[in-house]
Amino acid sequence: MDDRRPDPDALLRVVQEEEARERRAKLKVFFGAAPGVGKTYAMLSEAQERRSEGLDVVIGVVETHGRSETAALIEGLEVLPRRELAYAGQFLPEFDLDAALQRRPGLILMDELAHSNVMGSRHAKRWQDVLELLDAGIDVYTTLNVQHLESLKDVVAQITGVLVRENVPDTVLERADEVELVDLPPDDLLLRMKEGKVYLPDQARHAQDHFFRKGNLLALRELALRHTAESVDAQMRRYMAAEGIHKTWAAGDRLLVCVGPSELSERLIRGTRRMAGALGAPWLALYVESRQHLRFTDEDRTRLEANLRLAEKLGGETAVIEGAGALVEDILTFARDRNITKIVVGKPSRPRWVELVMGSTVDDLIRHSGTIDVYVISGEPGREPATPLIRRTITSPLRNYLLSALTVAAASTLASLIFRRTELADIVMVYLLGILIVATRFGRGPSLLASVLSVAALDFLFVPPYYTFAVTDFRHVGTFAVMLLMGVVIGNLTERIRAQARLARGREQRTHALYRLGQELARSSGSAALVASALQNVATQFQSQGVLLRPDEHGRLQAPPHPLAFPLNDQELGVAQWVFDHAEPAGLGTFTLPGARASYLPLKGAAGAIGVLGLLPQGAPRWAEPDQRQLLEAFATQTALALERALLAEQGALDKRRADEERLRNALLSSVSHDLRTPLGVITGAVSTALETPDLPEPARRELLQSAQEEAQRLHRLVSNLLDITRLESGALDLHTEWMPMEEVVGAALNRRELALEAHRVRVALPEDLPLVAMDGVLMEQLLLNLLDNALKYSPPGSPVDIKAWATGKSLTLSIADQGPGIPAGEEERIFEKLARGQAASNRPGAGLGLAICKGIVTAHHGRIQAVNHPQGGAQFLVTLPLGTSPVMPEEVP
Amino acid sequence: MTGPGALILLVEDEPQMRRFLRVALEGSGYRYLEAGTGQEGLALAVQHRPEAILLDLGLPDMDGLDLVVRLREWSRTPVIVISARGQESDKVGALDAGADDYLTKPFGTRELLARVRVALRHAGPEVQQEPVFILDHWRVDLAKRQVLVDGKEVHLTPLEYSLFTTLIRHAGKVVTHRQLLKEVWGGAAGAQPLYLRVYMTQLRHKLEAEPSRPKYLQTEPGVGYRLRTES
Repeated sequence: MDDRRPDPDALLRVVQEEEARERRAKLKVFFGAAPGVGKTYAMLSEAQERRSEGLDVVIGVVETHGRSETAALIEGLEVLPRRELAYAGQFLPEFDLDAALQRRPGLILMDELAHSNVMGSRHAKRWQDVLELLDAGIDVYTTLNVQHLESLKDVVAQITGVLVRENVPDTVLERADEVELVDLPPDDLLLRMKEGKVYLPDQARHAQDHFFRKGNLLALRELALRHTAESVDAQMRRYMAAEGIHKTWAAGDRLLVCVGPSELSERLIRGTRRMAGALGAPWLALYVESRQHLRFTDEDRTRLEANLRLAEKLGGETAVIEGAGALVEDILTFARDRNITKIVVGKPSRPRWVELVMGSTVDDLIRHSGTIDVYVISGEPGREPATPLIRRTITSPLRNYLLSALTVAAASTLASLIFRRTELADIVMVYLLGILIVATRFGRGPSLLASVLSVAALDFLFVPPYYTFAVTDFRHVGTFAVMLLMGVVIGNLTERIRAQARLARGREQRTHALYRLGQELARSSGSAALVASALQNVATQFQSQGVLLRPDEHGRLQAPPHPLAFPLNDQELGVAQWVFDHAEPAGLGTFTLPGARASYLPLKGAAGAIGVLGLLPQGAPRWAEPDQRQLLEAFATQTALALERALLAEQGALDKRRADEERLRNALLSSVSHDLRTPLGVITGAVSTALETPDLPEPARRELLQSAQEEAQRLHRLVSNLLDITRLESGALDLHTEWMPMEEVVGAALNRRELALEAHRVRVALPEDLPLVAMDGVLMEQLLLNLLDNALKYSPPGSPVDIKAWATGKSLTLSIADQGPGIPAGEEERIFEKLARGQAASNRPGAGLGLAICKGIVTAHHGRIQAVNHPQGGAQFLVTLPLGTSPVMPEEVP
Repeated sequence: MTGPGALILLVEDEPQMRRFLRVALEGSGYRYLEAGTGQEGLALAVQHRPEAILLDLGLPDMDGLDLVVRLREWSRTPVIVISARGQESDKVGALDAGADDYLTKPFGTRELLARVRVALRHAGPEVQQEPVFILDHWRVDLAKRQVLVDGKEVHLTPLEYSLFTTLIRHAGKVVTHRQLLKEVWGGAAGAQPLYLRVYMTQLRHKLEAEPSRPKYLQTEPGVGYRLRTES
């Protein structure tokens, strides 16, 4: 091992880790070899000390088991009230995580780190609760027995003969900032036991005695001491690294363990973990997916998944790759890619002769590993997946066997036809042909049958002595053997090809699913379409109902209703919320909140979780298998990224729209302030002159007041327009539509402008049978007034203004035409925008809102407004409104 | 007392409005009382028994509608409500609760005085219907149920006639849709403003010289109709 300099990035990371370590909440573990050594006592003592220093200490969970000395230490410390959870007909007090988080003490005491929480708690395990408390910034003291460490489970089982079920992953212990070993010599412990001061909650009496043999205790003590020494060593190394002292640098070792569905794999994983820990090296667990994969029973599959999860839990990385051909080659290629320095494999106990025939994986690995070390750990006899030879073929139905026999019969028939005219070799060929056909079409089992039958038929029918199974010429036995062998080999080969084809199809399907998802996501525009597309794909691929939850502005998840989504009750929503807050999966099939109905994955974008994907399986969850799980995670990632993108785009569009609105508003404001000030100026000027000029002659005074009045009217119109446009824009327009004749509205508008219209000739031509229109009378009057004002403004006095209307099947059109200068070419659309004014009217005030208001009103009525230049000169405004079916009036007797 | 000299009560919180109204009313010979709040207005109404009341709907201390309702509990004094533009529902509410007419801010003196005149005319003691109603080209003989336009008889259907005479009864004042439906159709189920509109259109075609530009049968959008008596 060469002394390698760490790269600056690694060093920086270490320093940052150290700094983070300083800031974050502290975990102290009181570690012991066996129950009864005094861990709880030690924890409480120290807690009391801290309390006297002024720290806010709270007891989360402490088991005194009736020991008076321990109970005495609790005095004075606040105890967090427990939560009562119903289980098996009883109410059990359990730790209340939410209460603790709410209380936020400086330090909390949590006894028995390995405890499994009662169903209904947020997490399955207490150590998960502890992690959450630490994340929230609360310091934790806890106790742990060496037998509960995950990586030591098998060693402890060997020592004590008892397999401990409640485990704590080693990563949790590594997270500890301090590990205090509470040590008690075995003799003292046994004495205490006899005095009845030791309580063992999870073992029956006789097992208790068995467990507490002196030999066991000695071994456990050594284990605990050694583990503590290792952790101290790790701390020291970290310290050295941080301080820049690198003597023995962390070796660039990387370990790889090959796993499968067997129990041996579990041992391998734990062993690798220990080795990696000792070397301070990262490690990976690799599973090579091969054609065998398709033939796994459910139990195998579950165990494989469990093994991979275990590896993750113990702190290793997992990888699943598809086997391309030879297993050894796949492993070594992967290992070289990942700079593996040591490979750990197990030796299954197969008989020697099988190894001679089939070859030994381990041997091949050792031979071809090159510079990579290979560590072989022998396995205990356990349940192994049966070797391929003896594996029962469940795939071939009975029918195929029958067809196989039939084929042999056919071959025999054919052979008998050509028997006299040819040699035996040709007959053999016929049978071989038969075997080939069976092997390619009907599967391995039937091909085996075909081989046997063919040999039998050949022997019986075509080899002297005829019609017996005896053989005179010994050479024929060789022929038989070869035929048999060929049958077997061809059968095997075709089976392998078929299996590979199936495997490839499976892979292709997964890739295709992912590709399809990607395509659809890329095509979807808008987050809503995206969600729909994602849920659709999830439903198809995983046979589950999905739900996509997004946070509102307070970070609380909302499930928008969707036809494909499944409904969530409060509990499920709580699970999903947890997933979102912690960016970790939870729910069905995970270790957190496993009692949930559905499984939840966080959707992680570039900047943190942006949502949660929930899956409710119909039937058994399909993502228990590793490849499906990978696919699911890939789905989640793709969806998250696409969603993030869509959200950002939407945000961008919104921001742009706001910016545009802002700009328009500013323009409007400046225009309006000018247009308001002008008439106000006139009014102020006129009126003040009238007031302040002494001896003002009456006609002059009259004139001033007149102009004040006119300007006031203009101001009124402007203000009305402003109010109208504001109401239109803010959408606070409630339309009160009623069926009414156009004539009425026209009449009302003309009446309003009676005075102004005196200077013009208004010609109204409305046909009598004009159908009723559904409209808001007040708004329509306003529309007409604005159009009239427009006509009056732009047409010379004395010129006519024509008002006409006509109806075509589906709509009614109203036309107002003047004889003014008309609309400048190309401006026909623009004049309806806010602030637009005709070229010739730039000095005529009005804020350019009138026509915009008209457009708004017409749009609200689902109609259209157009401006055209009249062929005879002047402008013509056309308002088209849709006609519905007007109600029928009851007939009246005249 | 109707006509000049009549006492008008103004309930208006805006001092400048009161100023202009005071000048306008006094200028036409009316006597004048002011109240700045609804309560004050009610008190003064009880005390002085004005001939007409001008009521602003935007009072600070009470809802103008409430005031109309309270007033109508014991008085038939004509009430003209003053409101801002765009508050059609308020106006209609007040009118249906018993107010007689309305003015929309901003309004001029001419409009104000016209409304006051009409209101006083309808409130006066000699309000019993004249048997013959004459307005410009129209001559309506209410006893004989005969309508003459420019001397020629025009035939009206019963509903048209009823509608017309209702408007005549309230000549000069605005009549809300609801009021008209009640007085003409008697609150028959299914009677809608639509009927009203159609019948008004028919009336216009029969009675007005230019139906699309009626001189007398006027529409007050969102509120109702008015038979205009003054030009």
